[in-house]
Amino acid sequence: MKFKQVTLDNGLEVVAEVNPNAFSQSLGYFVKTGSRDETMDIAGVSHFLEHMVFKGTPRRTSVDVNRELDDLGSQSNAYTSEEQTVYYMSVLPDNQHPALDLLTDMMRPSLRDEDFQTEKQVILEEIAMYDDQPPYGAMERAMEEFFGEHPLATRVLGTKDSVSALSAEAMRQYHSERYAPNNLCLAAAGAVDFDALVSEVDKRTKHWTPSRVERTLHKPLTEPKQIQMIHPPATQQYTLEFSPGPGTMDPDRYVSRVLATILGDDSGSRLFWELVDKGLADAAVCYTYEFQDCGVFGLYLAGDPEQQQDNWELIQSIVSQSDSHPITERELELAQNKIAAGILLSAERPSNRLFSVGGAWVSRHRYETAAEVSEHYRSVSLEEVQKAFERLKARTAVRVSVGPDTAL
Amino acid sequence: MQQQVYQHTLPNGLTILGEPMPWLESVAFTLMFPGGTAREPHDRIGLAGMTLEMTQRGSGRWSSREVVEELDFLGVDRSSSVSSFYTSISMSAMARVLDTTFEVAAAMVREPHFPEDELEEVRQSALLELSSIEDDPAQKCFVELKRSRFAEPFGRSSLGSVSGIEAVSHEDCVAFHQAHAKPQGAVLSIAGRFDWQDFLKLVDRYLGSWSGGPATDLGDVEPRIGSIHIPHDSQQTHIALAYDSVAYQHPEYYRGRGIVGILSDGMSSRLFTEVREKRGLVYAISASSHSLKNCGSVLCYAGTTSGRAQETLDVTMETIRSISQGIESGELSRLKSRTRTSLVMEQESSASRSSQLAYDWITLGRTTTRQEVLSEIEQLTSENLIEHFQKHPPKRWTLVTIGPEPLEFQDEV
Repeated sequence: MKFKQVTLDNGLEVVAEVNPNAFSQSLGYFVKTGSRDETMDIAGVSHFLEHMVFKGTPRRTSVDVNRELDDLGSQSNAYTSEEQTVYYMSVLPDNQHPALDLLTDMMRPSLRDEDFQTEKQVILEEIAMYDDQPPYGAMERAMEEFFGEHPLATRVLGTKDSVSALSAEAMRQYHSERYAPNNLCLAAAGAVDFDALVSEVDKRTKHWTPSRVERTLHKPLTEPKQIQMIHPPATQQYTLEFSPGPGTMDPDRYVSRVLATILGDDSGSRLFWELVDKGLADAAVCYTYEFQDCGVFGLYLAGDPEQQQDNWELIQSIVSQSDSHPITERELELAQNKIAAGILLSAERPSNRLFSVGGAWVSRHRYETAAEVSEHYRSVSLEEVQKAFERLKARTAVRVSVGPDTAL
Repeated sequence: MQQQVYQHTLPNGLTILGEPMPWLESVAFTLMFPGGTAREPHDRIGLAGMTLEMTQRGSGRWSSREVVEELDFLGVDRSSSVSSFYTSISMSAMARVLDTTFEVAAAMVREPHFPEDELEEVRQSALLELSSIEDDPAQKCFVELKRSRFAEPFGRSSLGSVSGIEAVSHEDCVAFHQAHAKPQGAVLSIAGRFDWQDFLKLVDRYLGSWSGGPATDLGDVEPRIGSIHIPHDSQQTHIALAYDSVAYQHPEYYRGRGIVGILSDGMSSRLFTEVREKRGLVYAISASSHSLKNCGSVLCYAGTTSGRAQETLDVTMETIRSISQGIESGELSRLKSRTRTSLVMEQESSASRSSQLAYDWITLGRTTTRQEVLSEIEQLTSENLIEHFQKHPPKRWTLVTIGPEPLEFQDEV
């Protein structure tokens, strides 16, 4: 396993974890753009653009793009988050050249008006699909309330109104700024011919010109809030709580994730034993989200609306027990083993390594082996995790609850 | 594509299958035994799932809490599930912890404690899980499609029914486990990094004295046709559709599966192209092959806002039928290329190989090799696919919709 990295003259970065013994290779363009880089009038453009990237280029129609992706026998897809838009495919090593040609060409889509109008309908369907799922609506609302004026408040999908009003011209403008080579990273993992990869991508992107891309970074000013949403067709009640946590650059993120695992993993955690195992709640978990300048420590509860108030109080008491029930050595060891094993098991597939390698490079400019990352979790001390637990008592929290009536 | 599959049958009837993948650090095993939902008493629907949950609340030398702690300590990724005819337990981990991991799994089957004081907790969890699908109409649509198409007792959901879950007693769980967790008809598969002889010794130690007769045959599955609408106050209408196809053990299975591939595999597939790309009717559309014993079906899903639901259903059915008008050579070559790639990539996952081995065994009574699947796929031609489609046209349709309004549906062809 070898790490290789090159920055092309136009600013495009190429990184790869090369494993000559792998059966396949995975390739992906990580575009450093997402919903946090949008203004309100174009909310949803990053995600909509991600769909449009599959709709053809000057060299290929949308049918050509889809056919070639399938011709390569690839497992391919894309996703958009708050901070990244990622296009990826897994192919047999023999297909490196055509896969790279296709993926690189797709980064310069035609963005034709007619395709734009058709695809807008698909996006509106996607928004409607999530609108019918009450926990998703609560999550979007919690992001908005937690981040307030901060750019991370923007919804990844946008809204029905913002997407309906979006013009193809505004999307073209956004693309030309955000898909500049100095805002892209080509990542690869598995049986990759790195030298060939670099020389091909250099040849194909030589004429791409860099642009000035910026991202506003600052900590959000979170105010404590409690929001109640009503979704009459809902059967269960869903409650989320967001409080500040470490970001992607913060070394405390390992501690925070270990704490979330001990308190609220979906199995074997304190919330699991007290709520889920006892049949009180359908789900009761803790989790962390990390962003470039900040992070979120989240709590999530789903269950019977009539039991929600009692369950929520129970969760609150469990996460406030740092004095009466400090974290034990045994809890720390179990959480560390679980996290480390998960990292090492998933690292067997190049398609999983792609996201670790590309994600770490884009957010931290660092290469981290799976063993290194698991070692970071193993080196978290009892004292560190106990301190993080103690800090939870004074957290500033935004709570959003949705259900059939005002149960919580 | 070199591949070796070991096979051994213990005197008690348990079949053991093993596929070494020495290039991996991980190992995965799957244990399936005939304890599915179709074997539940008609007034205890949900019993199979509750019994499985009870077996995980303490077994052998571990208490309920110790089971979870032991598996977390070892770093084991695990899952368990109930289908119509089988109960299945799967675990994957680093090879060095195989022995204890296997001991835990074997104890769940051989020596569950069935703690009586935890039954109410299991019941409440089951009721909550059942109610949670009400907020996930796409998943509910599939549960209802299977219930409607495969009828009693084959169409039961592993989530159970409210009355069934409420009626289950401690004795029911113990009796269900004793009656169905038996080595005859069960299969244990392992894939990844392991030594076959050592594994056989391990299995013999923990499952060698397991005993019990064969499972009774429940008869053939006969699909039911017709349509059901479930009113729901949602923006989208969820459409789940099923029609006849050939089952996994059918000699022409790969032709049937090939046609489904042309309809639904990849972004250039016909359904994706016609329904989503050209018309923008949906975000999600898919079709898949489904085998329930002798009964082969294709199951489709589409979700769309209500005003466009009728058009979506009509275009979906039209696209399925369009296979009779011909298959392009490009469609066929893409299907073959996708299959070749996925067969190679299969070698990267011990978990997916172990579950495939077990599935092949219970469905076909043998294992299949990558070479065999590849050769079946390479033999597909536009002509033999069309011929198959004409011989086994889409018929006996079942439709379930969830949304504001029912759709017009004509069961024909």
